[in-house]
Amino acid sequence: MAGLFIDIVVSDAVQSDAALAKKLEDVCPVNIFRASDVGVAIDESNLDECVLCDLCTEAAPGGGVRIVKLYEA
Amino acid sequence: MRFYEYESKELFRRHGLPLGRGRVATSGAEAHEIAAEIGGPVVLKSQVLSGGRMKAGAVQFAETPDECPALFDAIMPIEVSGQTARSVLVEEKSPVAQEYFVSVTWDGRRKLPVLLFSDMGGIDIEEVAEKHPDHVSKTHFSTLLPLSPRIAKEAIAATGVGGSTLNRLTPIVFELMQIFLSYDLTLAEINPLARLEDGRFIVLDGHVDLEAEARGQHEALLAELGIGADETRQAREPTEFEIAGRKVNQVDHRGVAGNVVEFDGNLGLVIGAGGGSLTLFDAVRNHGGKPANYCEIGGNPSVGKVCELTKLILAKPGVSKIAVMMNVVSNTRVDIVARGVVKGCIESGKDPSEVISIFRIPGAWEEEGFKILERYGVEYCDRSVSMYEAAGRAVAKLGA
Repeated sequence: MAGLFIDIVVSDAVQSDAALAKKLEDVCPVNIFRASDVGVAIDESNLDECVLCDLCTEAAPGGGVRIVKLYEA
Repeated sequence: MRFYEYESKELFRRHGLPLGRGRVATSGAEAHEIAAEIGGPVVLKSQVLSGGRMKAGAVQFAETPDECPALFDAIMPIEVSGQTARSVLVEEKSPVAQEYFVSVTWDGRRKLPVLLFSDMGGIDIEEVAEKHPDHVSKTHFSTLLPLSPRIAKEAIAATGVGGSTLNRLTPIVFELMQIFLSYDLTLAEINPLARLEDGRFIVLDGHVDLEAEARGQHEALLAELGIGADETRQAREPTEFEIAGRKVNQVDHRGVAGNVVEFDGNLGLVIGAGGGSLTLFDAVRNHGGKPANYCEIGGNPSVGKVCELTKLILAKPGVSKIAVMMNVVSNTRVDIVARGVVKGCIESGKDPSEVISIFRIPGAWEEEGFKILERYGVEYCDRSVSMYEAAGRAVAKLGA
């Protein structure tokens, strides 16, 4: 189930990057990211727990990962 | 967590406080045996976790051991404030010359322990304080500075007690102060503390409350007193609603959304922050509102935890609206709580703008939180609206 308040957009360019996937899994304090066989996977049940710490966007510079605040849409 | 009288007295006994001979009986035959050991008039006292025993007839006197089995059988089924006896304490009856009152408890406003002493014990201390204020002393003391018997002595002397009585009372009162601090108690009380006709002092009745959060630090004592880990010692058994509330708090380790207590009103409360729960609960009642529950949120609970708490409260029969109110928060984030309550409403099939009567949580990340509330049409306010006023708005909306 997608988040009510937060969505995470992972660009095609970094989607299959295994090293980045592992890094995202490590840095996210609320377990939104998982490193899977296909690269970066998102645990949608945790999306709304996002604390907007930006550690994921810093781990994937250049817009590889974007946080979308759905309540601002 | 309240102790039975016999447990309080066992604690006092370990610290050398003077007690009458006696012990607990669980049968009429045992009551007879104890009275025979004492060899004189005895008092039989129901062991319940509430006051009002004398008025309920749950305290009886026997001149001979032969009277005890019948009195035991009479006392055991008596309900005192809805509680039946666990056992009966059989103690020697003492010839009393004068009764005193000693109590150590916490003064929440001063954030210090306070010693209350009166030379008019055995009766309601509030009544004494009102009618005979010169017979009650109130002395705060530090938890940091060394404790001195001088504090106890001055507190006793302030009620006009002097001479040998003062000298004999001082170590008893001082010991009670030390017991209070040593065991993380919220209350240590002796009422009455009796001066017998021969000049000796004796603890006739005692009352101890242990801070529930400190249970873990005193496991050894509790085990020695025979208090089981599963004994909550609350005034009543937890309701299904309260049990469900505990489970909500166990959803994850982040923050607190717990201490849920059920009430029979119609306004659900999601409240907390540094004593804010108590203040807000009282404020709602002062405005004529009827809370459906009490709870405490803080420490930055997860969205999921707040969501589940909201769903639990909204599912309570009779609850039509909730008020989400806290003191100014610092480590708890406004936006996280806002997400939790809004999500809880939506997952309950309710419109947040209809169900949330007021959202008054100012502080960390409030701008982000207010954006969420605006998005869902929820009425909110910042710290310029007092907690009391916010509670009033919530109550008014319920009547609208």
